[in-house]
Amino acid sequence: MRFSTLLKKPAEWMRSTGPDHDIVMTSRVRLARNLADHPFPGWARKEERLSVMEDIKPVVEHLGEMKDAFSEEMTNLSAIEKQVLVERHLISREHAAKGPGCATVMNRKQTISIMVNEEDHLRMQSIQPGLQLMRAYQSLDGIDSELESQLTYAFDTQYGYLTACPTNLGTGMRASAMLHLPGLVLGDQINQTIQGANKIGLAVRGLYGEGTEALANLFQISNQTTLGRSEEEIIEHLDRVIQQIIENEQNARQKLVEDKPTMLLDQVGRAFAILRHAHIIPSKEALNLLSLIRLGSDLGVFNEEDQEAINVLLTEIQPAHLQIEAKRKLDAEERDVLRAEIIRRNLKGLSAPDFGDILSNRDTDDE
Amino acid sequence: MNCDVCQAEEATVYFSQLIEGKLKKVNLCKACAEEKGVTDPTGFALADMLQGMGEESVAEKESVPGDRVCDECGFTQSDFKKTGRFGCAHCYQVFSEGLENLLEAMHKKVEHAGKVPKRYEATKALRERLSDLRERLQAAVASEDYEEAARLRDEISQVESEEQTAVASPEDPE
Repeated sequence: MRFSTLLKKPAEWMRSTGPDHDIVMTSRVRLARNLADHPFPGWARKEERLSVMEDIKPVVEHLGEMKDAFSEEMTNLSAIEKQVLVERHLISREHAAKGPGCATVMNRKQTISIMVNEEDHLRMQSIQPGLQLMRAYQSLDGIDSELESQLTYAFDTQYGYLTACPTNLGTGMRASAMLHLPGLVLGDQINQTIQGANKIGLAVRGLYGEGTEALANLFQISNQTTLGRSEEEIIEHLDRVIQQIIENEQNARQKLVEDKPTMLLDQVGRAFAILRHAHIIPSKEALNLLSLIRLGSDLGVFNEEDQEAINVLLTEIQPAHLQIEAKRKLDAEERDVLRAEIIRRNLKGLSAPDFGDILSNRDTDDE
Repeated sequence: MNCDVCQAEEATVYFSQLIEGKLKKVNLCKACAEEKGVTDPTGFALADMLQGMGEESVAEKESVPGDRVCDECGFTQSDFKKTGRFGCAHCYQVFSEGLENLLEAMHKKVEHAGKVPKRYEATKALRERLSDLRERLQAAVASEDYEEAARLRDEISQVESEEQTAVASPEDPE
């Protein structure tokens, strides 16, 4: 599969929906693996990295799942192409910065991507729409077993899979879900939620991982510890916590409808007006307003069919996607103009917000 | 100091960045800095360029006397302190001292409980049997059942030798 083909098709998880998709955008699982008897990529010399890539890449390309896959060495991709993959969560920001001896292989549906020579020799990721962490893990588990029969992994019976960073030892697994939590943010409960999750050993991060801002009210929650518990136990624990956060978010939304309906209507209404009519819009503003449209759509203010357009927009308005669309490098101001244009075009069919239910709720309360 | 890229102009832009835990430094003249897009934080071009410049731009590694070194990959204890990463799988044995405490602080338990690759399954089973036997041996000694203790000790040394051979040949599929 060529890069242009990959670009034309939004990833499967952007177009379809999964369980609890109103709050959980995606579920992702990644496994870290290394070959025995080769230095880890961060310490390996260029020749060693190249030879490890030569060993791994053909085996990965041969997987049944990778029929017609996209497979490329990082040095053959332009800076913008690499950033497109980052914006689609198909590779990490760290991997995009890598040079010779690093490669990426991903399946046609863009649900499985395998990075060669990231921090570890192999970083495999599975991404699914909605809350389905176990499914995401199972789809990787099979691939991992297939690879294991052909590659000699670095493994220790006490420490488990040996990884460059000791924080990934054991299962080498990081499971994470991307949660849309506008209710908890507007209701000022988000810090409590984050602290609570931290206390029980889970990490909460922004849209693009470690050290990134929580844009569009999107938060990634993931396990921190990888050693001492099985993959299933780690996922079950994370799943239970996410169920609880979903419930809190639903309650927070309900509370906003009951206690602050005018504020809520104002925010959603303004988001609609700006996105439909703006001609210059920076990324941060656009993401935050799209989040409010998504919230409105969950509350029944917009048609349910519009949700796909919003999900796709969240990615399509990112800087690299814009430059691919424009077929040239754009400066920040040009990007803001094109971004506004794409949003107007995509939301053309979005009917004006219908606040009927929330209004009647508010007006009966006022009497 | 001259620009690292064109080697002709005086360098006026000094850039350091942590890549893969190593401090990389680059000195550029104004023209090269602009051309490489150092002023544009959204681009990945800079990181690419730093990668391409290879090892000579890596900050000099100081050697610490008495520093432990991995005999397989040359990674040192102070490298670990600096980066928080190991050099190769063998480093986990070389730097095992003190590692247990670090792992205890990081993880649930310092005993892998997840998936085991097929070719290590036999080793894992032997290890579990060993730890069970050792517990029983302690109990037998504590209750002064020396006959049982002697029997357990023999069994342990037998399993230990089995484990040695299993570890030595992880390449064999079964």
